[in-house]
Amino acid sequence: MKGYNFAYLDEQTKRMIRRALLKAVAIPGHQVPFGSREMPLPYGWGTGGIQVTASILGAADVLKVIDQGADDTTNAVSIRRFFARTAGVATTTATAEATVIQTRHRIPEKQLREDQIIVYQVPQPEPLFRLESSRIETKRMQGLADYGLMHVKLYEDVARFGQISISYDYPVMVNERYLMSPSPIPAFDNPKMDMMPALQLFGAGREKRIYAIPPWTRVRSLDFDDHPFRTINAPHPCGLCGATDSYLDEVVTDDRGGRLFVCSDTDHCAERRAAGHVGTDGFQEAAE
Amino acid sequence: MTLSAGFTNPVADAQACFRSVLDAMARPGRIHTITGIVAPAPLCEATAAVLLTLADHETPLWLDSSTKAARDWIAFHTGAAIVPADRSTFGVALALPDLAGFPNGTDEMPETAATIIVQVDSLEAGQRFVLAGPGLREPAILAVTGLPPDFAALWQRNHALFPRGIDLILCAGVRLTALPRSVSIKDA
Repeated sequence: MKGYNFAYLDEQTKRMIRRALLKAVAIPGHQVPFGSREMPLPYGWGTGGIQVTASILGAADVLKVIDQGADDTTNAVSIRRFFARTAGVATTTATAEATVIQTRHRIPEKQLREDQIIVYQVPQPEPLFRLESSRIETKRMQGLADYGLMHVKLYEDVARFGQISISYDYPVMVNERYLMSPSPIPAFDNPKMDMMPALQLFGAGREKRIYAIPPWTRVRSLDFDDHPFRTINAPHPCGLCGATDSYLDEVVTDDRGGRLFVCSDTDHCAERRAAGHVGTDGFQEAAE
Repeated sequence: MTLSAGFTNPVADAQACFRSVLDAMARPGRIHTITGIVAPAPLCEATAAVLLTLADHETPLWLDSSTKAARDWIAFHTGAAIVPADRSTFGVALALPDLAGFPNGTDEMPETAATIIVQVDSLEAGQRFVLAGPGLREPAILAVTGLPPDFAALWQRNHALFPRGIDLILCAGVRLTALPRSVSIKDA
């Protein structure tokens, strides 16, 4: 930890972010502006999530970082190493062992607990930004809870495609007040946010916004009575562990149309395989 | 004149105190215990710790007149400007002040509302309130000694402003809890 303050950020910055976090928790789903700092990696690589994690992390925390569900991809590995180095905290890939989970674009399959905090990396915190380009205007719409534009967008989807065609970053209403971007998680994960026992924190570094959902808070995916919200997933079991209830990634295996569907949550898949579950493309784990 | 020290271990103690406040704000009414500080009279340990954790030169403070003896300590350790209630980011009081005197935010920027740290006599016994709202799976009970008898009615006026409104951090001795504006409070 030589040469750094604990968890990289200086105490003044942490206090500023902590104050923003408390207000964010007090107003579920509302985007609180904060003074996003320059980090040793570029905007777009999870700087918002990193700053939130750095501000909440303590020496006793156990950190897990996932990128699209995987613990072993570049973004996850580098962020995990960043905190191991600057805060000296223990890290893990096991969802159940972590106290703080920083995530890019997935929620772990395993149900999170009351004593865990999940930190989302958010590229675009404003759910209305594709419909209204003016930040002043979207701020006013959020202030007045004027979300007609989003309902029109969903209706146009139904009129054009016969269904709501949003597969990720599917807009939600938090506590029936604020329209919120769940970050680009698949719509498959949206139901996990509703009444989650864990505290959910969101950090958008480039856009300089922090927001939060307290535990046990109602999170409703927008829909219509005659076109209810539904999740989409590949109609296959996981090729490696045979799971039928997890979110799947499609992996192209050759240039002759070969493909493999595997759990996006690598910890979930590994745990199932270790427990003896084998998919059609998998193999029995060697006994250790 | 000598001033007493702040946190024993500034980085770790502030982090621990913040996590307590964060959890209390996320689960209204949950009681946390803080450590690592000797408070200047008349402040209790929790009040002093919350101030050191959250206040600095960016957060104008309002202090109620009964905290006068701790004024130098607060000024030295936080560097915060002391201002009238209507311009404050944080308030510190030994009795619940008039909430209407503090900024309660705007519809577009409700986060600019003040947070008031209210020091009460006890968070273990006393008047019982039923809390409900985000963060609570089922209604929770909070017992407090030191809030006005008509607190539930006063709070309702604040809660009705949502998303605007004041957030409270209640401190008693080494214990603290929080009441965000989103929580509804009834007499038990």
